[in-house]
Amino acid sequence: MIDSMLRFLQWLGNHVTRRINRLGFASRFFLAIFLQSGTAFRRLHLTLREIYFTGVMSLIIILVSGLFVGMVLGLQGYDTLQRYGSTEALGILVALSLVRELGPVVSALLFASRAGSAITAEIGLMKATEQLSAMEMMAVDPIARVVAPRFWGGVVSMPLLAALFSAMGIFGGYLVGVQLIGVDEGSFWSQMQASVDFRQDILNGVIKSFVFGIIVSWVAVFEGYDADPTAEGVSGATTRTVVTSSLAILAADFILTAFMFRGA
Amino acid sequence: MPRCEITGCPGVNIPQESLVEIRNLSFSYDSRPILSGINMTIPRGKVVAIMGSSGCGKTTTLRLIGGQLKPTSGEVRVGGQVVHELDAGGLYALRRRMGMLFQFGALFTDMSVYDNIAFQMREHTNLPEAMIRDLVLMKLHAVGLRGAHNLMPSELSGGMARRVALARAIALDPMLIMYDEPFAGLDPISLSIVGELIRKLNDALGASSIVVTHDVQESLKMVDYVYFVSEGKIVAEGTAEEMKHSTAPYVHQFVWGEADGPVPFHYPSRMAYDEELLKREVARD
Amino acid sequence: MSRTTIDIWVGLFVAIGLASLLFLALKVGNLASTSSGETYTLQARFDNIGGLKVRAPVKSAGVVVGRVSGIRFDPANYVALVTMQIEASYKFPVDTFATINTSGLLGEQYIGFEVGGDENMLKSDDMIKKTQSAVVLEKLISQFMFNKAAEDGPKK
Repeated sequence: MIDSMLRFLQWLGNHVTRRINRLGFASRFFLAIFLQSGTAFRRLHLTLREIYFTGVMSLIIILVSGLFVGMVLGLQGYDTLQRYGSTEALGILVALSLVRELGPVVSALLFASRAGSAITAEIGLMKATEQLSAMEMMAVDPIARVVAPRFWGGVVSMPLLAALFSAMGIFGGYLVGVQLIGVDEGSFWSQMQASVDFRQDILNGVIKSFVFGIIVSWVAVFEGYDADPTAEGVSGATTRTVVTSSLAILAADFILTAFMFRGA
Repeated sequence: MPRCEITGCPGVNIPQESLVEIRNLSFSYDSRPILSGINMTIPRGKVVAIMGSSGCGKTTTLRLIGGQLKPTSGEVRVGGQVVHELDAGGLYALRRRMGMLFQFGALFTDMSVYDNIAFQMREHTNLPEAMIRDLVLMKLHAVGLRGAHNLMPSELSGGMARRVALARAIALDPMLIMYDEPFAGLDPISLSIVGELIRKLNDALGASSIVVTHDVQESLKMVDYVYFVSEGKIVAEGTAEEMKHSTAPYVHQFVWGEADGPVPFHYPSRMAYDEELLKREVARD
Repeated sequence: MSRTTIDIWVGLFVAIGLASLLFLALKVGNLASTSSGETYTLQARFDNIGGLKVRAPVKSAGVVVGRVSGIRFDPANYVALVTMQIEASYKFPVDTFATINTSGLLGEQYIGFEVGGDENMLKSDDMIKKTQSAVVLEKLISQFMFNKAAEDGPKK
């Protein structure tokens, strides 16, 4: 009895210490990325290349999902609003939910599974095939040459993708609400404009997506860099990237929302 | 378990022209010792082989020379500098004068053959692109792959990839070239090409080379000096000729590839075979 | 993939990303209608502000002329002190009447200015003297019931 309790305590302690250790390593890694970012900006084409692979390659999935999410919002919103006879408020509903929440969060989740996992797999494979080691031996810091450009590429791409997602979603809501169902076009746009505030709603949405970009990119490059240099290690790290960054996005979203929109 | 220490510690008289000196080098992972008290000397202009069975600490030795690991005790001197005492800048400066061929080439898979070889030149020099082009083609010509400069690493055969990696290792004309298992997984033709290249490039560049390998026949053809490592210790050393005719049991077993000998067939186990089988029965009851 | 192709794609990506941000700011949001120009501050005391929120519009004759910038409780007088930012180009007489209105039956609340006839204009940090509190629906209903009961009572 005491023996099994001791064993449980030991297991618990071991687990917690390992987690904290890893978190500490991740934080030091985060700092190292910032300290080694000189190369990523001096030789901008390195970062541009990563923006291409993370941002441009995610365009299709972001645009299509944005359109459909907006169209669904249009349908569902109309269905609810017509019960209160205020279908003109459809524009407000679609725009606010996209700009404040769905745009940053859904595009970050898609970004984590589309680009984040790819970054982890790529860095993990480079580690497994000793490419990172080889780079070190060539007196080139892999954090500066490989990690930092991927990190900044993700951080730059994320807010742009979120803005595209929101814009596309509002267009989708407009298609369904105005063109298909026949809500008055004038009131759709004017009510939207009257209640969506630039600083309060749009800018906060951009800040959110920027924070999510940092989270996803950080988790992705860290998991790749920390992956066990084996096939299972890399696949495990890829899965962890998607799971960890998705949970972190939702948690960060709650915290940010609590700070940004309370009482307003 | 019988273990042969044929030579004990090598002679202390260090030749002046030695490039790498390893003194009493020990290294352990966590508490598991990998190397204990290694002494080695790599003279300038020579090709030295470190041989031993898999997992005996050969690769670790290379990483210690390259400064990727820090020794538990002892030191590695390269060109007179103690490697583990260098700061990041000094270490990077030293590494620019080293070339390393990794076990499976470790070519950058997202770059073409050309860019792989140009990588260090672009990172460390401000040479104009035209000159880099000439240098890259020269290096590729040296390994006989000038015609393949547009290919991606995924399009190369194992032997070709190894040669490209070799060309990359000598991209900046290093003073020390390290080879980690250059012969692993190669067909006999590629194997002798790579073996010949190691010798030729070493002499042409006036560099020194360390070849870590377990391929005895191929390496004995071209190396000057051999260290045999077993369980983290040097168990034999000498010139290639001496090794071929050595009667020391360990060397004999290794050179002639015998299944059992000083290196036992069985991984050490805590109890005897029959005892362990019986124990399992007891545990189930 | 050559470097120029990548550059073109990234350029395109950043351009449409920024364009969609601009679309959000101008077409969806109120950046275009919010004059970034000068404003001046007015204050008003209300007995009850109902559901008035910070950033609620201030309207005169139905036109938005400013926004509520702060709401706090005045412990000296037990009333609500509302601060408003009014666009500098709109001037109002000192006897302007500020009321808290509701747009529609359940809509958001805003402050309405009914302009008086005084020659002197309100200056920055002035206090609007004449105010009317928000209409609280529950109060209205109970008042109505009470009056009805009072009317009906004596007849019996």
